[in-house]
Amino acid sequence: MTTELKQKEEVKPELTSAEHPATKYLREERLPHIWCSGCGLGSAVTSLTNAYEKLEIPIDDIGVVSGIGCSGRAAGYFETDSYHTTHGRAIPFATGLKLSNPEMNVTVFSGDGDLFAIGGNHFIHAARRNLDMTVICVNNYNFGMTGGQFGPTTPRGATATTSPYGNYENPFNLPDLAASAGAVYVARWTSVHARRIQQAMEDALSKKGFSFVEILSPCPTGYGRKNDLGEGIDELKSYQNRAVIKHESDPSEAEIERDPEAEIVVGNFVDIDRPTYCEVADDYLQSQ
Amino acid sequence: MSTEIEKEKATEKWPTDKGYIYIREDYCKGCGYCIEFCPQEVLEESAGFNEKGYHPPEPTAIDKCVNCGFCSIICPDFAIWDEKEGTNE
Amino acid sequence: MSDEAMMTGKHFMNGDEACAEGALAAGCRFFAGYPITPQSEIAERMSKRMPEVGGRFIQMEDELSSIAAVLGGSWGGSRSMTATSGPGFSLMMENIGLGMMTETPCVIANIQRGSPSTGLPTAVGQGDMMQAQWGSHGDYGVIAYAPTSPQEMFDFTVKAFNKAEQYMMPVFVMADEKIGHMRERVEIDENKVEIYPRRKPEVDPDEFKPYEPDEDLVPHMASAGEGYRVHVTGLTHNQQGYPQLDVETQQEKVGRLVDKVEKNKDDIVEIETIGIEDAEVLIVSYGMAFRTAMGAYKRAREKGIKAGIVRLVTVWPFPDDRIKEFSKQVKGIVVPEINLGQMVREVERATAGNAEVKLVPHPGGGLHEPDQILESLEALL
Repeated sequence: MTTELKQKEEVKPELTSAEHPATKYLREERLPHIWCSGCGLGSAVTSLTNAYEKLEIPIDDIGVVSGIGCSGRAAGYFETDSYHTTHGRAIPFATGLKLSNPEMNVTVFSGDGDLFAIGGNHFIHAARRNLDMTVICVNNYNFGMTGGQFGPTTPRGATATTSPYGNYENPFNLPDLAASAGAVYVARWTSVHARRIQQAMEDALSKKGFSFVEILSPCPTGYGRKNDLGEGIDELKSYQNRAVIKHESDPSEAEIERDPEAEIVVGNFVDIDRPTYCEVADDYLQSQ
Repeated sequence: MSTEIEKEKATEKWPTDKGYIYIREDYCKGCGYCIEFCPQEVLEESAGFNEKGYHPPEPTAIDKCVNCGFCSIICPDFAIWDEKEGTNE
Repeated sequence: MSDEAMMTGKHFMNGDEACAEGALAAGCRFFAGYPITPQSEIAERMSKRMPEVGGRFIQMEDELSSIAAVLGGSWGGSRSMTATSGPGFSLMMENIGLGMMTETPCVIANIQRGSPSTGLPTAVGQGDMMQAQWGSHGDYGVIAYAPTSPQEMFDFTVKAFNKAEQYMMPVFVMADEKIGHMRERVEIDENKVEIYPRRKPEVDPDEFKPYEPDEDLVPHMASAGEGYRVHVTGLTHNQQGYPQLDVETQQEKVGRLVDKVEKNKDDIVEIETIGIEDAEVLIVSYGMAFRTAMGAYKRAREKGIKAGIVRLVTVWPFPDDRIKEFSKQVKGIVVPEINLGQMVREVERATAGNAEVKLVPHPGGGLHEPDQILESLEALL
């Protein structure tokens, strides 16, 4: 690997970390990954591995579960116990994993189509039950893997391969949905807020119960270029301009418009305490 | 806070880390995020191509690197990272 | 009820309850399900009993999630099961395929009812037999048991768990409404319950390949948290478990999914034969229809007809060789089943023209009259 490194001088013997910080948690033999140039998935992965490291969660206690789609491939890169399930069923699979093995720290890492179109029902029920898991949704506003069709988060008016005249459906506002379904931690950031994402993931992973982090990600291949958003870097710059941090604000006011100038509300919307599914179940059953 | 104290704070020199940057060229997909969002403007697009046909970044102002780690976290391809090499007094 | 995992002794219980008790006796400690008639008594029994034995019961939001949770539960390290009926079985198909592809041991009980669609929710049917083999897309071997009594609901559920662990795959208990709701004596004897342990890795994590098969074509399984850091995917994968999307890997993987059942048929297939030695005509039957067939058999023998019965304990994999062998000695075979012709196709295929094969159909909602089967037997002579 040393020979592939480019730097100002030779690798210095006193410097030891000649690998990317994320790779400690990744199956290096599977890299480079399949994601497009400018895709936000890779940096979301790094934010997550940084959070695992910061919280010192033993690698063998981590279970990463994905569904299907570009984001579904994420599980395959984590050198943890990792499960790439069927479309929409990451959360119920993770439910079984967690209930069967409560010591595991279970992270569901998936996309907006997987979690909120085909898997939407499971999301709201897992939040309602307050299952102790962290759900990370990398929202790129479209079904990227299948060629850029519109999905449950595509803004109204946006062009996709199945909305050639503009999307006329109303999108979900994910923080609002998560909050109203009962999630105890809800945050939204964009890919440009890499450190904030890491902090949100640390908070979410530390939180007992159902925690949710939405990451608004560029998808230059599937979404950006059909909607005149330019390259990934242009999308990130526009997030820099559009994002307004409003912690603890009402998530129902966090709708996302297609207008590339429109404000996007980001921040931590919910951070409350509520007994988890297992806590309630065990207390209740013991009292019977 | 009085204006004088503010002024003093703003001009105070804090010791910073001196960073060292690693680039794994074969992973780079040329998105340019590290170059654009490096707060110290350490990086520039290189003239050469990697095997995928992208221009990886190169540290043209490494002396300005403060080992903040932002390049490693914003890079979608695990292709760039930094390490503390020393301290700038 | 009891905080013992195995309720030893003699009980008067229905088939659904016996199925739940069989699962617990076999070590099942995770159940995820969704209410559906006529299966609900299994879930109800599990909701009562799981907390007593330190397991976990969860009522999911649908059957899609129930089977997904069961797969997760199995990878979490627990023996896991779900139970359903026709419509729910249909909903489970995709993740049954995931279970087959990822070689996840678990048990799925299908208490069949009149079908298709909502059909006859409270009445008997055997219309899901082909679906058990061919329901999910793609090729894979299947093991399915067909119990005929509450006692067998207990016994066969234990068997299903053992075969699931032995061959690392979802295994079906294909019962029906009549068996599920029938109340009979069930005897539970702990000396008769054997448990096949999970095939744990036998090498260090560095050397472990989750899909490297033993000589019997079955790999080993590392549960979550054991330090093996396995990757599990429904994509075609190599022995390391990593996606590898090429013809060679597809052949190796999917070929093995078929072969691990096909080449171990001698160990898996179970049939019962009655009066076969001098039989001139044969009844091939399974599940609830077998009980009616027994009536027909007795009447036939009383009338001096040399009838025999082959009863399928395992309906899948289909006992081709045995049926072929029997077909050479008889004039004809009748196949009574509570559908309009499913397993009869397998009988015809295995018979390969050696004997005439006649279906005795029933649309579901009730049982055959023994005389219907008897008449079909007589017509073959």
